[in-house]
Amino acid sequence: MDVVVTQVFNGLSGGSILLLAALGLALTFGQMGVINMAHGEFIMAGAYTAYVTQNVLGSAGLSLVVSLPIAFAIGGALGVVLEAALLRRMYHRPLDTLLVTWGVSLVLQQLARDVFGTAGVDVPAPEWLGGPVEVLGFSFPRTRLFILLLAIAAFLALAAALRYTALGRRIRATVQNRPLAETSGISTRATDRLTFFIGSGLAGVAGVALTLMGSISPNLGTAYIVDAFLVVVVGGIGQIRGAVIAAFLLGVAQSWIEYSTTASIAKVLVFALIVAFLQVRPQGIFTVRTRSLA
Amino acid sequence: MIGAAALLTVGLVLSACGARVDSADPSGAAAAPSCVDTSGSEIKIGFLNSRSGTMAISENTVFDSLSLAAEQINAAGGVLGKQLQVVAEDGASEPTIFAEKAQKLIRSDCVAAVFGGWTSSSRKAMLPVFESNNALLFYPVQYEGLEASKNIFYTGATTNQQIIPALDYLKEQGVTSLFLVGSDYVFPQTANKIIKAYAAANGIEIRGEEYAPLGHTDFATIVAKVRDAGAGAVFNTLNGDSNVAFFKEYRNLGLTPEQMPVISVSIAEEEVGGIGVDNIEGQLVAWNYYQTIDTPTNQRFVEAFKAKYGENRVTSDPMEAAYTSLWLWKGMVEKAGSFDVAAVQAAADGVTFDAPEGTVTVNGENHHIAKTALIGRIGADGLIHTEWSSGEPIEPDPYLTTYPWASGLAS
Repeated sequence: MDVVVTQVFNGLSGGSILLLAALGLALTFGQMGVINMAHGEFIMAGAYTAYVTQNVLGSAGLSLVVSLPIAFAIGGALGVVLEAALLRRMYHRPLDTLLVTWGVSLVLQQLARDVFGTAGVDVPAPEWLGGPVEVLGFSFPRTRLFILLLAIAAFLALAAALRYTALGRRIRATVQNRPLAETSGISTRATDRLTFFIGSGLAGVAGVALTLMGSISPNLGTAYIVDAFLVVVVGGIGQIRGAVIAAFLLGVAQSWIEYSTTASIAKVLVFALIVAFLQVRPQGIFTVRTRSLA
Repeated sequence: MIGAAALLTVGLVLSACGARVDSADPSGAAAAPSCVDTSGSEIKIGFLNSRSGTMAISENTVFDSLSLAAEQINAAGGVLGKQLQVVAEDGASEPTIFAEKAQKLIRSDCVAAVFGGWTSSSRKAMLPVFESNNALLFYPVQYEGLEASKNIFYTGATTNQQIIPALDYLKEQGVTSLFLVGSDYVFPQTANKIIKAYAAANGIEIRGEEYAPLGHTDFATIVAKVRDAGAGAVFNTLNGDSNVAFFKEYRNLGLTPEQMPVISVSIAEEEVGGIGVDNIEGQLVAWNYYQTIDTPTNQRFVEAFKAKYGENRVTSDPMEAAYTSLWLWKGMVEKAGSFDVAAVQAAADGVTFDAPEGTVTVNGENHHIAKTALIGRIGADGLIHTEWSSGEPIEPDPYLTTYPWASGLAS
C-alpha cells in the first residue's frame, strides 16, 4: 500500500513536471504547428529569471512568487522576438523552422554560458517549501505538491483563456481555419504573435518551477525538450487536454516501471510504449476535427 | 590546386618535423621517432581539455590550474632552463576528438608532453595514440583503476586512494549497511563492484544498488527506494547535473546527513555551489585535496589561483592534481636531464613534489602517485573541511593486488 501511494504520487508529480514543460509547446507546436527547438531554452531562461530575481530580492519566499510573472513575461518576450524575427518568414517550412530554432537554442545556451558561467547556479527553495508534508503517515515533498498545483493551475488558466476569452476564440478560429478567420476580420498575424507569447511564457513559468527540482545550468533545456515533444505528440496535436492526459500517463508509467526495474530500463520501456502507441494511433490520444482544407 | 598546395604544405611541415629529431628512442622500435625540438630556449607542451561541450564545466577549471602552473614554472626559470610554450587544444567532450587532437599535438606540434583528459572514455581513446607514438600523457582525475600504461602518468586517485579509504572510514564510524547510487556508465559500475567485494569481506550489507542514466533529472523513485531501504549510509557515484536533482530530492523528502549520510566521490568545491549549500551541507565526500587544507603550500596555491582568476573562484581536487602533474613532469625531466620520453620514464620513480595536497611521490612501476586520502564534510560556507585523513600517503595500487578480497575483480 505504501508503495502504491508513493509511486502514484511520484508518477503524478513527474507528470506535472512534464506537463509544465510541454504546455507551452502544446500551444506553439500543437496549435500553430511550429517546431520550436528553442522551447527548452525558454525554460532555461525562466530558471535563470528565478535566479536573478532571488539575487535582487534576497528573500527566497517572496522571490519565487514574484519570479513567476516575470519569467512568464521574459519567456514570452523571447518567443515574440523569435517569432517576429525568424519564424514568421518560414511558416509552412517545418524543416527550416526546425533547423533555425535549433540554431537559436545553441545561441541561447552559449549566451547563458557567457552571462552566468558554465557551472550551475542554485536557487534555494523558500522555507515554506522545505521538507515533506505528512498525510496519513505518508510523506509528500512540499516542492512536488507545489509543482503539481502550479501545473494544474497553469492548465486551467490556459484552458479557460482559450475557451472563454476573445483572444482564445481568435486563436481557436485561426487554428481551425486560417483563411476563414482572416476573412472574418481576425488579424492572424497578431494572433500568431500572441499565441507564441503565451506558449513561450508558459515555458518561462516551467523554468521557475524546475529550479525547485534540479540543476540550473545552460543546458537545462536540453534535458526536457525531447520529453516535452513526446507529450505533445502522444497527446494529439492541437489538443491541450491531450497533453495533460499524456503527461500524467507518461509520468505514472515512468515511475512504476522505474520502481520495479531501473531508471535506465524505464526510459527505454516508456519510449518503446510510445513508439508502439503511435504505430496504432499516429494522430495521438485526441485529434482535432477541423473544416480547414489544409 | 588549393588541395595540392595544402598537401605540399603538410609534407613540408612533416619533413621539417623529421629534420628536427634529436633523440630517437632506442627502445621503441615501432614508434616513429620523436620530433620534439629541444634546440631553442623554449619547449612546447600540450594542454588537451574540453573547452566546449558538456564536460567544459569541469575541464575549464583544469585548464585554468594548468595555465597557472605553466606561468609559475616559467617565472621560476622554466624546465631545464627552457620556457614552456603551451599549445592548447579543445577535446570538445568527444573521445574521438581527444584522440585526433592528441595525435596532432604529438605529431604536428611536436610537444614534449600532453596534460589533460577528464572522462575515462577520453583517456581510453587517447591511450593507443600515446602508446603508438611513445609520447607522454598526464591525466589529472580520479578514476576507476585497473589500468597502468607506461605512456600515461595518473596524478588523480586510483580506487585504493579514494573509494577504499571512504569505505574504511564508514566502517570505522560503525556503518553496517550501504545503499549504492550511481550514474549508468563505466566508473560507477566498476566502483560499485569494488564496494560490493569490500562489503562482502567486511560484513557490510548492501541494501540496494540503483543506476540513473547520465543527465537523469527525476530522482523521486530512486530516493524513495533509498529512504525505504533505511541503510546506514549512501555511497554516491552520480556524475554531473544528476547530483543536483538527487540532493534536492533527498532534502525534500526530509532525509538528513545525521539520519543517513551520503558519501560522494564526484562532488568537489566547484559542484557544491550548483547543488546549493543548503541541500548538501553536512554530507560527506572522499578526495585527496580540499581548498581548506591548512598548509603554507596550499595557501600559496589558493592565493595565486584567486589572484589570477578572481576571488570568487574555488580550487578542487582535479585542479590540484593537474597543477601537480605539470610540476611532477618538471621534476622528472630535470632528474632525467632530458626531455626524451624514455629518459623521463626511467627517471620517474621516486620523484616527489611538495604539492598543495601534501607531499606526493611518483611510483615508477605503475605511473600513479602516492597520495593521502581525505574524507571531508561540506560546511555551511560551501567549502569542504577535512573530517578524517589516512595520515600518510597511500601507495597506488590500481589493480588492487594487495587486497585479498579484491582478487576476483581485476580479471
